This record gives sequence, C-alpha cells and structure tokens, in this order.
Amino acid sequence: MNRRQIRKARNGVFLALSVAATLVGLACLAAILWTLVSNGIAGLSSRVFTEMTPPPGSEGGLLNALYGSAVMTLLGICMGSPIGMLAGTYLAEYGRTSRLSTVIRFINDILLSAPSIIIGLFIYEILVVRMGHFSAIAGAVALAVIAIPVSLRTTEDMLNLVPSGMKDASAALGAYPWRTVVSVVYPAARSGIVTGLLLAIARISGETAPLLFTALNDQFWSTKLTAPMANLPVVIFQFALSPYKDWQQLAWAGALIITVTILVLSVSARIILSLMQTSGGSKS
Amino acid sequence: MMPSSKTPKSWKIRPPVATEAPGADLSVHDVKVEIRGLNFYYGAAQALFDINTTLEDRSITAFIGPSGCGKSTLLRVLNRMYALYANQRADGEVRIDGEDILSDKVDVSELRYRVGMVFQKPTPFPMSVFDNVALGLRLAGAVRGSRLHERVEEALRDAAIWDEVKDLLHVDGRSLSGGQQQRLCIARAIAVRPEVLLLDEPTAALDPISTLRIEEMLQTLREKFCIIVVTHNLQQAARVSNVTGFMYLGQLIEIGPSSKIFTSPSNRKTDDYITGRFG
Repeated sequence: MNRRQIRKARNGVFLALSVAATLVGLACLAAILWTLVSNGIAGLSSRVFTEMTPPPGSEGGLLNALYGSAVMTLLGICMGSPIGMLAGTYLAEYGRTSRLSTVIRFINDILLSAPSIIIGLFIYEILVVRMGHFSAIAGAVALAVIAIPVSLRTTEDMLNLVPSGMKDASAALGAYPWRTVVSVVYPAARSGIVTGLLLAIARISGETAPLLFTALNDQFWSTKLTAPMANLPVVIFQFALSPYKDWQQLAWAGALIITVTILVLSVSARIILSLMQTSGGSKS
Repeated sequence: MMPSSKTPKSWKIRPPVATEAPGADLSVHDVKVEIRGLNFYYGAAQALFDINTTLEDRSITAFIGPSGCGKSTLLRVLNRMYALYANQRADGEVRIDGEDILSDKVDVSELRYRVGMVFQKPTPFPMSVFDNVALGLRLAGAVRGSRLHERVEEALRDAAIWDEVKDLLHVDGRSLSGGQQQRLCIARAIAVRPEVLLLDEPTAALDPISTLRIEEMLQTLREKFCIIVVTHNLQQAARVSNVTGFMYLGQLIEIGPSSKIFTSPSNRKTDDYITGRFG
C-alpha cells in the first residue's frame, strides 16, 4: 500500500467508528422512547387528566400531580429566571471584563452541573426544616435555584449575540447603559431570551430529586402553597417503584406526558432560535 | 490645563497650530473643537501621538490616511466612545466650546448627546423606523407628542430619506436596504440636533448611488453642524470637505483647506499618499 491508500484506509476506520458510536447512541434513545411510548400510550385516557391519584387497586388519574407540577414549575420560573436574567445581563453588559464576572461565571458553571439532589437537600435544610413540614413553596424555591444558572447562561449568551455596533450606537446617542439594555439590547435578543426561558422550563419540569425533599407528594387535590403538593416526577418515582400494576401504568403515562412536554418545549426553542438566525439581527 | 507626569512634553512651547494657515474657509468659522497634546493608548500601545489642531463649526473636516493611522481612534475620542472599553485611555486636552471633555467631571452620556456619531456599518435598532429616530429624543425626554413627530420628520428629511420611508414609518428599521439604513442612522444622529456630528467611514459599506445621496446630504447638513468625517475614499474627502487632515502612524501630519491639501500639500508624506504612492 502506498501512503495515499494508508491515509484512505485510516479515514475509513475512523469514519466507521464514529458512525457506529452514533448508531449506538441513537439506538439507546430510540429504545427508551419506544418503551416509553408503547407503555405510556396504554395508560393514557381522559381519566389521567380529570381524576386524582388513586389509592392502590382503584381507578384514578394524575390531575393533582399535573396541577402541582404546573404550579411549582411556574412559580420556580417566576422566581428563578428574573434573577438569572438580571445576573446574565450584568455579565454580558456591565461587568464583561471585571474579575467579579469571572468568579460569577465559574460559580454559575458549578451550579449548572450540581446534582439536583444536593439542591433539594439544601432547600430541605433551609426551608423545610424551619417550616417544620414539606410544602409546595419549598418545591418551587428548589426549582428556582435550578432555573437560575440555566437562564443566567442563556441570557448572557443571547445578549452577547447582539452586535456590539448596535450597543455602541445606542451609547453614542447619549443613552445611559440601562437604557441601552432595556430599549435596544433586550428587544434585539427577545427571541433568544424567550428560548432561554423555554429551555429553563424544560429543564426544571422533569426534576425529581429536589421535589422529593421539598414538596414531597399529596394524594389529594390541594392548592395550598404551604402544604405538600403532588407533582409528576415524584408521583412517577413513587408509583413506578410500587408493586401495584395500576400505579405502574399511571407512572408510564405520567412519564410519557413529561417527555412529550419537554420535547415540545425544546423543539419550539430550537425553531424560535433558527427563525431568529435567519430573519433577525444581523441583516446589513 | 493639568500638568501631568504622563505627558513630559507638555512644558514645551507649542508652535502656532498648522490649521490656522491661510485659507478662505478657515477665517470665517468659529472654532468648535480644540485639541491640544492628545495622546491615546490601547493598553500599552500608543495609537495617537501629540495631536494638536482646531476644528471649525459649520464646516466639514475630513480625516484621511492609511488603515491603522488613528483617524477612527481620533473620532472615538471626540465623543469618548473609547470609554466603553477597558484599557483604552486618552490624555491631553479636547475642548468643545472651551469645555475639556476628557475631564472626569464630564457626564459621558450627556457629551454623546451633544456629539452624535454615525458608524461604518449601519446599526438600525430592532424597532420601527419612527422609533429608531425618536429614540434619541425620547432619551432626553424633552420632546413629546406632535412635536416629536415634527422632529422625526425633520430629521428624516434632512437625511434625505423621508420620501422613501414616509409610508414605512412603522416597519422594522432593519428591513430597509443598506443605504437606507445608513441614512436612517444619520437621521437618528441628527434628530437630537447635536453640536458636532462624527461620521466614521459612513459610506464604506454602501453602493455608489447611496454614497452619492449621503454626500449630497452632508453638503446640506454642513450649514447646521460641525461635521467630522473619517474616510478611506480620497475623492470623497476632496468632494465634501472644507478642511482635510492627513494622518499617518498616529500622527496628524498635515491639516488645512482641502483645496490646498489635494493640490499642493506641504508635507512629502501627504503628497505621496494622495498621489497613491503608498497606503
């Protein structure tokens, strides 16, 4: 073999290896989705969306868990993402080169990859123990703590995509920095910020561990924020581990609902982003 | 005047400034900007060396020179644009109507309101054509309601774009063509009636027709403002400016009436540059 053939052969080997790795990864994903869909579809009925979680052996649905998940996710986002966005704004617009920003970015990266069970335990320690009982509000706070680093990072990234010429032009008009941010930078990055929000919602809506230590669960319909509240991840966790067939079936249905929700959120985030890249911003 | 250890040359007696050389244009206008002993640094690298000159009101001054000669840097000092970036600093004196704008006491946002700027790349904001022009006026909060409408229309007319956008005031400024965007940016800059208007290669990204329209517009605006334009285009400098300054390697080599600079420059370097021997 001459050199050319050797290089060609080497290329072939690497191509084969990377294709094989991709296939293995995709196959796992497909297997998970297939299992989920085939088991979950069987459990889906109108009852799932209209009735409360049942005691073992009787009929029921997931309404209280769906409601609880929605409430705590919403509260978590309302508390977490403003903090994340403002901090991201600081990093991108005010303290771009300051030493404090480097520290904040580093800590944020740690928080971003911190195991969520640690965050659950943290909120348990500072909220649940002091209140003396589990509560929906503690669950929402735990989700907020998880949402902060996600929205901080996406906000900073999206604001950095806004052309610096636009920011300079605003400053050149005599705008104070906050005015530049509010009137020019935020509108320019609007779809990116919405995307970040969707991704943060997707991220926290499937979290189980932090809720296990904070909101726990409730068999019944409850709208009290200071009481334990049912939620999908914990119900799935509890029902899936139970020996009862009907509970396991509801767990499959719940898992399918969460997965589809997250899928829809992520896909719409991607669509918004690609629309933004083709239509907005950088036209000149 | 602040004696500073950073400018060891400041004790030197300066010769009379070259700009006050004979010239019909120069004697009739008031001095608007006065630059004395200006040095500029990007971190440790010095980009401007001891610039001394005066710029007249109601006239167009063009700065020409090869890339990296410091002409854009000089422009960015006049509205302290450089202050947005870390590690950039200027020393010396720049006086607008006698007030030293490099002083720490100057509110840079207020300064930039008085000294408008147009950039090489059009930078329309993500809002309607009307709001783009109105933003500066709204920032100041001085103009409201129907007055606002009048001022926006006036600015768009002055920027020679009113006829093209009068029915498009509500569309996103970014959807206009490149040449229209640049005239929109000029309208935005002049809407607040700045005292000084800085243009940094305003036509470098534009087609010849748009360039022509902007040059014609500058001729009209000359009556109202002190206009300073940086350009790579020598013909443009010769066409539009009353006064031309030639910069090279961070120094202001020569400045004087454009007619003189382009026909009989007194410096050899200027002559070489305008005749295309380098740059």
